[in-house]
Amino acid sequence: MNEMPNFEQAKTMTESKISANKVQVYYGDTHAIKDVDIEIQPRSVTAFIGPSGCGKSTFLRTLNRMNDTIDICRVEGSIKIDGENIYDPKVDPVQLRAKVGMVFQKPNPFPKSIYDNIAYGPRIHGLSRSKAELDEIVASSLQKAGLWEEVKNRLDEPGTGMSGGQQQRLCIARAIAVSPEVILMDEPCSALDPIATAKVEELIDELRENFTIVIVTHSMQQAARVSQRTAFFHLGVLVEEGLTEDIFTNPKDKRTQDYITGRFG
Amino acid sequence: MTDTTLTPPSGKTSAPTPNKITSILELDPLTKKRNAAEARFKLYGIIAIGIGLFFLVALLWAILSNGLGAFSQTFVKVDVPLNQQQIDDAEKSVVKTSKYRAIIDDAFAKELAGANITTEMSAKDLQKLFSSGAAATVRDYALANPDKVGTTVTFELIASSRVDGYLKGRVKREDLAEDKNLDAAHLDLVDQMKSAGLLEKRFNWSFITGTDASDSRPEQAGIGASMIGSLFMMLVVLFLSLPIGVAASIYLEEFAPQNKFTDLIEVNISNLAAVPSIVFGILGLAVFIQFMHLPQSAPLVGGLVLTLMTLPTIIISTRASLKAVPPSIRDAALGIGASKMQSIFHHVLPLAMPGILTGTIIGLAQALGETAPLLLIGMVGFIASNFPDGVAAGFFSPNSAMPAQIYEWAKRADPAFYERAWGGIIVLLVFLMTMNIIAIILRRRFERRW
Amino acid sequence: MSEHTVTAYDDELTAMAGKVAEMGGIAEKAFADAVSALVSQDLELAKATIKGDVRLDTLYNELEVKLIELIVRRQPMGQDLREITAATRIANDLERVGDLAKNVAKRVIAIDSDLQSKKLAIGVEHMTELALSQLKQVLDAYTRKDAEAARRVQEADAEVDAIYTSIFRELLTYMMEDPRVITQCVHLLFCAKNIERIGDHATNIAENVYYMVTGERLPEDRAKVDETGAV
Repeated sequence: MNEMPNFEQAKTMTESKISANKVQVYYGDTHAIKDVDIEIQPRSVTAFIGPSGCGKSTFLRTLNRMNDTIDICRVEGSIKIDGENIYDPKVDPVQLRAKVGMVFQKPNPFPKSIYDNIAYGPRIHGLSRSKAELDEIVASSLQKAGLWEEVKNRLDEPGTGMSGGQQQRLCIARAIAVSPEVILMDEPCSALDPIATAKVEELIDELRENFTIVIVTHSMQQAARVSQRTAFFHLGVLVEEGLTEDIFTNPKDKRTQDYITGRFG
Repeated sequence: MTDTTLTPPSGKTSAPTPNKITSILELDPLTKKRNAAEARFKLYGIIAIGIGLFFLVALLWAILSNGLGAFSQTFVKVDVPLNQQQIDDAEKSVVKTSKYRAIIDDAFAKELAGANITTEMSAKDLQKLFSSGAAATVRDYALANPDKVGTTVTFELIASSRVDGYLKGRVKREDLAEDKNLDAAHLDLVDQMKSAGLLEKRFNWSFITGTDASDSRPEQAGIGASMIGSLFMMLVVLFLSLPIGVAASIYLEEFAPQNKFTDLIEVNISNLAAVPSIVFGILGLAVFIQFMHLPQSAPLVGGLVLTLMTLPTIIISTRASLKAVPPSIRDAALGIGASKMQSIFHHVLPLAMPGILTGTIIGLAQALGETAPLLLIGMVGFIASNFPDGVAAGFFSPNSAMPAQIYEWAKRADPAFYERAWGGIIVLLVFLMTMNIIAIILRRRFERRW
Repeated sequence: MSEHTVTAYDDELTAMAGKVAEMGGIAEKAFADAVSALVSQDLELAKATIKGDVRLDTLYNELEVKLIELIVRRQPMGQDLREITAATRIANDLERVGDLAKNVAKRVIAIDSDLQSKKLAIGVEHMTELALSQLKQVLDAYTRKDAEAARRVQEADAEVDAIYTSIFRELLTYMMEDPRVITQCVHLLFCAKNIERIGDHATNIAENVYYMVTGERLPEDRAKVDETGAV
């Protein structure tokens, strides 16, 4: 599914979309993320893997400052998106999150209609001037999320009434609707069955054309299937980062090797 | 189960030796014991519920049997000729109602004669059949309808509480020996009047709409004024405690930094919920009346005191329902760039609304039934005749509240008031039930799946 | 390397390596037997060798099924993935070695007479020794997961090729000298070719062992050419 572009991706590793430098995250006294340096390539899928509690989700959440909602969480170091430090005091996290959207582990549509789920973001960001424009955004977001054909006749039904996989794609459509540049996905398929997972993975692969995607996943197979680059986290440290096929066939670090082959103690 | 030993299996490869083969068709002793224990526990539960139900039924029966009487009232039908001359005379005298009473006496004597009832009793004695408010009824009518003066109007005058009680079975003949209000002779007359159709028992609207009456006229006492008092108090409580409580909860739950100070506030709110209501009463007395010089006995002050009392309940329940909103909804809103306030007001609050409403109604119901603090701020105003005129007066003029009124009646000596007290409780319960039904309807409308 | 969290996985991988090693032993023996039958014109041994190949084929089929099962059930990654793919390829090579040995044994029956020249047999024997030791070493390298040993085996292949070229020349001379031995010599030539092919399979196995252990491809610094074309 993504063999050919891999080589191109590898060659065009020039301008990174997100560039993290010496990132430290503390939860109170706990040092949760230690010295993470990573470059995330634009218009590609980067997967974060690692055992539970390794800090991959925490690090993902630093990328759109979702960690700000936790009082005791403190971030040091710099994370630059297109060269701008998102932890600059001038940056408003709300504005940042419109640029760096997020999809969560459990499908979490609002208990509103499908239409309102998608339209909510554009409404609060003032992205449309008229009802017609809003309709257009809703339709195109659903189309990009591959959900249009399934829901076009029932836009006023509640989003919570759909199947799990549809709900998750609705959440992706909702994230797309505010035209972000980066989409963060925190284990988006962990609550889905294999068919729904395949549909979401197919969607991720399509979205790669227009968005920079970072996905946290527990499933190494999924990381192998959807990502171009993979980063392995362990105990808050970024152990290894590289082309996905290298990480899964010939990892350089013993810890990565042990993790991907299922030898973790 | 009983056959397992504590020694671990000897080796990884050798399968553990199977236990003694038992049939699942026969129960082993332990299972039997467990089943018996379960059956016993179920029985205890059913007994507990049975006891609860028994008390509920007993309570309802007591309330209804004692209180329903208050909702009917005996009236005496009298054709009273309204004569301009007599009315003018009466209006000139100092005690106007006594002249009207004389008019009624004459009319009643005629009425008895018309029904072929003879009696030895004097007009003064006959007056005991009527409520002392009867004269006022005639007067009010005559003054309100000057065009009817000169004609004969059929009045239904309130019978005295003893006559009423006799007809309801509350007052027995033998009780009257010690009673200076009524004699056995009166009762004979009442029996005759009843068979002549002069007496009529009807639904007593004036109990629901009327005001309190003095000790000697229990038949006129109504709960209407105190109901208005309660209503205005509830309005004050609702419009103060709901916004303040919800705002405080949202701040504490969503915005407040987690530190010692917030913890202190939280502990204190929980403690406040457990503070006896009389403490709030004395606080209201000190702060609102003695310090701020707000009018005594006013529903506004009562409302303020009850607001203080209700706030902890509302804050605790609102916080609980805010906590119950899945964090995924907050994440969803924040994740697409909603501000914290947008995420709370657009998503969290609507989902927490059913819980908030429940808490508010519980708080209001508590406040509605509260008596002790009202006693301290004088919310036992004796409102005999005048309803508050206008909304502002409703808040500021002295009034009573339903539970205080019930307490007042229960205190009085006359058993007729005892009946009123039970009747008042029925009204109070209906009031509460109405509030609950409104709450349920609102909750249904807000409730959404997620 | 530490154990897998799922210990049954370790057991399966060990069993897999054991099966490959067993195949290696059988292929090695079949090869040695076939050449020894050729040198001593031992028809009985030749027939036994031909029969023995069935066992190797059975093992190969069994192993193949096991390997597919392993891939399906364990979804191997990293080192495990490399071990399993290497095992697949090595088993394939060993099965071919068995086939080549069988082919040599068949030719023993076809020749069915004393070799005209013991001299010829000496060349063949020497080449066999070399190829056999190559096979032994590479199977050792496989069981010990020794990348360095595997690399040395690859280098040694050049020697086998050189001997094959010289045998080729020699047989050519015999055939030109005496046309009556042409049939025999052609059979011998095929035998020599088979032995040389076994050497090639040993090299393949070495490359797979090297990849299995290191994750890198063995650099092909040796130009692999059949010099017989230039003779």
